[in-house]
Amino acid sequence: MKTTLILSTALTGMAFAVSAQEVNVVSWGGAYEMSQVEAYNKPFTAETGIRVNMIAADNPATPLKAQVEAGNVTADVFDVEVSDAIRLCDEGALVEIDHASLPPAPDGTPAVDDFVEGALLDCAVANIVWGTVISFDTTRFPDGAQPQTAADFFDTETFPGKRGLPRNPKRTLYLALIADGVPAAEIYDVLGTDEGVERAFAKLDTIKSDVVWWEAGAQPVQLLADGEVTMTTVYNGRIFDAIVAENKPFAVIWDGQYMDMDMFVIPKDAPNMDAALQYLKFATDTQRLADQAKYIAYGPARKSSAALVGLYQDGVTEMAPHMPTSPEALENAVMDNPEFWADHDTELTERFNAWLASS
Amino acid sequence: MANVALDPHAAIATTASGVGAALTTADGKPLARALARSQRRARRRAFLLVLPLLAFILVTFVIPIGQMLQRSFYNDGFSRNMPQVSAWFAATERGTDPDEAAWAALAADLTAAAEARTIGMVGTRINYDLSGARSLFTSTGRALRGGLEPPYREALLGINEGWDNPMLWSAMREASRPYTANFYLAALDRTRDEDGRIRQVDERQQVYVMLFMRTFWLSLLITGLTFLLGFPIAHLLATLPMRKSNLLMILVLLPFWTSLLVRTTSWMVLLQQQGVVNDILVWLGVIGHDQRLQMIYNQTGTIIAMTHILLPFMVLPLYSVMRTINPSYVRAARSLGATSWTAFRRVYFPQTLPGLGAGALLVFILAVGYYITPALVGGSSGQLISNMIAMHMTSTLNWSMAAALAALLLASVLVLYWLYDRLVGIDNLKLG
Repeated sequence: MKTTLILSTALTGMAFAVSAQEVNVVSWGGAYEMSQVEAYNKPFTAETGIRVNMIAADNPATPLKAQVEAGNVTADVFDVEVSDAIRLCDEGALVEIDHASLPPAPDGTPAVDDFVEGALLDCAVANIVWGTVISFDTTRFPDGAQPQTAADFFDTETFPGKRGLPRNPKRTLYLALIADGVPAAEIYDVLGTDEGVERAFAKLDTIKSDVVWWEAGAQPVQLLADGEVTMTTVYNGRIFDAIVAENKPFAVIWDGQYMDMDMFVIPKDAPNMDAALQYLKFATDTQRLADQAKYIAYGPARKSSAALVGLYQDGVTEMAPHMPTSPEALENAVMDNPEFWADHDTELTERFNAWLASS
Repeated sequence: MANVALDPHAAIATTASGVGAALTTADGKPLARALARSQRRARRRAFLLVLPLLAFILVTFVIPIGQMLQRSFYNDGFSRNMPQVSAWFAATERGTDPDEAAWAALAADLTAAAEARTIGMVGTRINYDLSGARSLFTSTGRALRGGLEPPYREALLGINEGWDNPMLWSAMREASRPYTANFYLAALDRTRDEDGRIRQVDERQQVYVMLFMRTFWLSLLITGLTFLLGFPIAHLLATLPMRKSNLLMILVLLPFWTSLLVRTTSWMVLLQQQGVVNDILVWLGVIGHDQRLQMIYNQTGTIIAMTHILLPFMVLPLYSVMRTINPSYVRAARSLGATSWTAFRRVYFPQTLPGLGAGALLVFILAVGYYITPALVGGSSGQLISNMIAMHMTSTLNWSMAAALAALLLASVLVLYWLYDRLVGIDNLKLG
């Protein structure tokens, strides 16, 4: 499968390497690729005449690494995760991108200020943001007393019922600190100290006996639907599907959401470097990022896109409130910090598992 | 024909005349040598026949596992990319304070590693022993692009004061040799202090020893449970008429053929607090609506689901052995005055031991390495050591640690196997 992909990547690359009117983009396939074709590629071709070839990969970082190591780069733009973008950049596989060359927001705000925090790296520009958010079953709490904040997640007196949390330190410790009153911007400073870790575990202790731990992304939605938990953290795209496509009575709390991003990168020696840069700038402009939200519940990485987000493709659902990047959602959001986790993952995971095992 | 020379009878016939003289074949060659040659040829032919399988096992099993296990004691992420400072460590005693030569070597290596873009690898290696070190290396690497001026100690401390940490120098000394026992120490909740002495890690970090104990204890318990549940079933299957027992056999095999994930998630549906079992108990009035039992996402869930999933591995060997037991033995015992219990205990049960041994060994070894089921239904108290191995393989990417844990698990299973062989005898094993 992977060989076929790499092979096809290589073949398409060779076929079009001579023409400057082509750009080859490697992305994740599925509904996500479809949203990029509709929102980025079609208007790009209409405006510039440059054809875009979309190539699907299980994880685009894999063919990227393979092509760079083989010294035969055949695709131009890759859609990768933040940790891969940082790693590949550290290994010298990517071109650095001049942030000043990115198009400003419609009101003239420079790109550097328009992108959400962490969305611009030396070698990468984020396109979408996805969040881990708290969701609850509205039918389980009386009207007027619905939970509103991360602190309510830890308040099992007022909001009784089990809680769903993923079984890893990365997506639990931050929530405990937010609920304990630490502002989102200071999470990693606090978590970097022994007292901060102590504090997070002390807060988790308060609900430890009420937690149902989940492992895979589909589980929390199921736990909520089965009534096994009344509140859980969950990936925002999944809960959007449950709420909109399946009409479940769930609601989302954006307070203390945890944000991850996907990023566009360009490998060194990309065959169509100019077209690749052109595509990257076009695809990450305000309008394009806003358009993508019509097809998928991931948020644009630019603040200025939020206002332009319209209806979901069903034609009735207003997308703006479902975006992890809406102003309300960004108010107290924690951005993923791959550097911090590269340093502390092992230590905190051991600590977390020891904590789980102790009664 | 060549066969004449190979036929020992022919040889004996032709050389029987001289008593005491060496036996020779028809063409005068010594018999012993001819025999050895013919046997050698047969052995070679046999070897050529198994060669494909041998190569297959070597390529797909022995080499990858060997390479993986090698990572548990060999990691050259630091020594390969930091040659000068590694040489300084090799030339000095443990406990030597870094002198200017050491700082110069460190600065030179760091600059080279930053340029070669290998500094991430170096930092990752040190980070295994000293949390937080990776970013020290990568951030220093970024600051080094302008080059460094002596004195190097002050220059490096100017970039980051973390370079003066004695724990860091101790960790670098440990990593300067590619062969290390540190991953095994870590897998046993041990670590080295800055003088290189082995000590226990902080109590709040201790997790692996406890998980090993839990894994073996739960596996034993599950083996016992599958025996208690599986023995009567196997007995029933073995004694019923063929047509009925075949029907029942399908009931044993059907779950065996069903996907592991399907069976695990079915247990979730049954056992969760809003699940079928709790609903029935509430409906019967056995428990109140707010007293629903927590039967899954904890150790209980792991035990129930794993016992069910591993049950066929106990039933099938038991069944195949029981089928061969002649019922007249028990009848003979009864006719000689044994009670049914005595006949079972003294005559029937001992004959099932080979099947029991095989089933128990299968279930136990499978349970020790079980991963998906505890991950899904184990909650916090039902996690096993394999979940830690998977975590180090896929999430923290500390493959050396995963290999050390796996090697320890493998070693303890081999020890148990050896014990089993001493106590019961492996020859008594009967899989079918």
